[in-house]
Amino acid sequence: MTDSLDRLWQRAKEEWESLQSGPQPRILVGSASCGRSAGSLEIVDTLRHETRKHGVDCHIAEVGCIGLCFAEPMICVSKPSRPSVYYAHMTRGRAAEIIESYLIGDDPLPAYALGTVGDGSIPGIPRLSEMLFFNCQKRRVLRNCGFIDPTNMNHYIANGGYRGLASALEMSPKQVINEIKESGLRGKGGAGFPTWRKWQFSQEAHASKKYVVCNGSEGDPGVFSNRMLLESDPHAALEGMLIAGYTIGAEEGYIYCPADYPLVLERLRIALTQMEEEKLLGDGILGSSFRFRIQLKVGAGAYICGEESALIECIEGKRGIPRPRPPFPPVSGLWASPTIVNNVETLACVTLVLQHGASWFSELGTDGSRGTKVLCLSGAIRHIGTIEVAFGTTLRQIIYDIGGGTYDNKSVKAVQIGGPGGGWLPADLLDVPIDHDSLSGLGSSLGSGGVVAVGEDACMVDVARDSLDFAQRECCGQCVPCRLGTKQLFEIVKDITEGRGSLEDIDLLVELAEGIKLGSLCGLGQTAPNPLLSTIRYFRDEYVAHVRDKKCPAGACTRLDVERAEPVQSYHAGSVR
Amino acid sequence: MLRRISDRDIVDTILSSFEGKESELIPILQQVEAEFNCLRDEAMHAIAQFTGVPESRVYAVATFYDRFHLRPVGKKHVMVCRGTSCYVRGGPQILKAVERQLGIKEGETTKDSEYSLGTIGCTGTCAHSPCIMINEKVEPNMTPQKVAKLLPRGAQS
Repeated sequence: MTDSLDRLWQRAKEEWESLQSGPQPRILVGSASCGRSAGSLEIVDTLRHETRKHGVDCHIAEVGCIGLCFAEPMICVSKPSRPSVYYAHMTRGRAAEIIESYLIGDDPLPAYALGTVGDGSIPGIPRLSEMLFFNCQKRRVLRNCGFIDPTNMNHYIANGGYRGLASALEMSPKQVINEIKESGLRGKGGAGFPTWRKWQFSQEAHASKKYVVCNGSEGDPGVFSNRMLLESDPHAALEGMLIAGYTIGAEEGYIYCPADYPLVLERLRIALTQMEEEKLLGDGILGSSFRFRIQLKVGAGAYICGEESALIECIEGKRGIPRPRPPFPPVSGLWASPTIVNNVETLACVTLVLQHGASWFSELGTDGSRGTKVLCLSGAIRHIGTIEVAFGTTLRQIIYDIGGGTYDNKSVKAVQIGGPGGGWLPADLLDVPIDHDSLSGLGSSLGSGGVVAVGEDACMVDVARDSLDFAQRECCGQCVPCRLGTKQLFEIVKDITEGRGSLEDIDLLVELAEGIKLGSLCGLGQTAPNPLLSTIRYFRDEYVAHVRDKKCPAGACTRLDVERAEPVQSYHAGSVR
Repeated sequence: MLRRISDRDIVDTILSSFEGKESELIPILQQVEAEFNCLRDEAMHAIAQFTGVPESRVYAVATFYDRFHLRPVGKKHVMVCRGTSCYVRGGPQILKAVERQLGIKEGETTKDSEYSLGTIGCTGTCAHSPCIMINEKVEPNMTPQKVAKLLPRGAQS
């Protein structure tokens, strides 16, 4: 079965190498959603126009994101026998200037350059890998992002793609599960459940039909890693789906993506077509007896569909309402058949485990959390983007070394990890290592990997109000503790921010919040009170100031008397640049 | 009432590309919504008949998901991001600016049907916070001045 992959690989390698070492200069333009919303398509236009105007033969390709979303639009210019040069914050004018000065001339314009990649050096331009942003990272899942053309499957294959599938097909399903068990891989979507156990339940279940679902629903505020991965390297998760299908004995898979991600849908459609053309989908995959089909399911706008049983309901054509469990989906999921629902990043990790082996995968990380985690930095952090670090990296390294501190050089007051159900940690706890166990002890959780920071001018009561507003809006309405509880929490905190709170309210909030955590049916209700509880735990004095003194120490709650003379200038758009 | 006689034909054409399974309900609703900018009663009735899903359930599904509308949204549907990153960087002021500019609140449509206003949990383009979405396009790094430029109209409706 490796014969047919070898043929694919040979062709892909030739194409990739002729592109890398050919005489033609190349320009890669970061064109994931972050790049596009910053205007990357205009830059592509300008580059095409200018190269045509000057009669330069140049290969221009749209690629994904290398993670520096804040520096978009970015381009990477490669000339033969020179390292590639990355340029940030492109404008049409700069693009034209670079074509003339560097592509035609020989001046790489170090003032506009961010860094170089590849052999050799260019005076005045640092190496990208020496930037703190990159050298603290371990980019495994994100290895191809921004470097390969996501619409060209050959680029993926030339860089080791579908090797993981090939080695899985040479093992028995039980051996695959064992390999994943050895790797220590845990689900990346939020709960951190060991992937091998989920798979084993489904593999051992006797059923005529089984399903694999890739959960690309990404509604957590401040989390955009699934999108970035699917836009930049769509085959990584799709290969993981094939491995999952083979392992549990499924012949059908669904990949679910929100409708808000049009570019993801476009790139997935292209990727699925290519897989069909190369017989990586359908009957007899890679010459084996394994058959598998993947259908793309487009979400209709419901945050709750990120919850696995709600997602299953949605695929069945119903309201996305979580199911009571047990039975759990690996035993009884889609149309009551055994179904494994895995996150995009988890499936991309499965691909890596099978490609490089469990011991390679588990080299990095801590005891309970092996490997790496993709994180999304946002909020007041200077370097907003997608990063990947080994488990065990501290939050301080992530915020200050990789993230570059805050965009306005104020100190970080608090950090929320894990999306809207994650707790807020105060700045003095930033030395906590990122792993599943350390964070839960502090009232936070790794969740889906969002890292949002607020600066010293933030009001933590209002921050909690904002998180609760999200929860009460997105609650599906099924179970009472979540439906009524999150609403009441929100109203009480809103009252506090508007000067109508009392000291007893703080205790009431805690009591109610604990009840909601215990009584809610799904992860949304079980985690929704965390931002509130953690802010009460670490910033209780702010709540007291609001209710007893009717003061907002940060001056953010404008309906209260403001201690500070000047109103907070919380509006800073554009100052990232 | 569907807008014209031919509207029923359009719905039928959409339905003819499906088999009528319950699992197709959401894709069908998506295509009908994309065609008419909303889901009208007659279309809902036709969809219920075609899929065999009770009409009450078709409504239950349509009203559950944010992207379905029983009344037409404006030609330009503006969604202001409520995400945490946008919140930190001034999103609440942007929502106010958009409301002021269009003269409508969240969930409303201007009288001339040009604009409607909603919010979204997070657009995922946090690097460009605060941002808004107009139809499918993300508008980055918003300021009240940019809002006025992007949504050109006086305080009206």
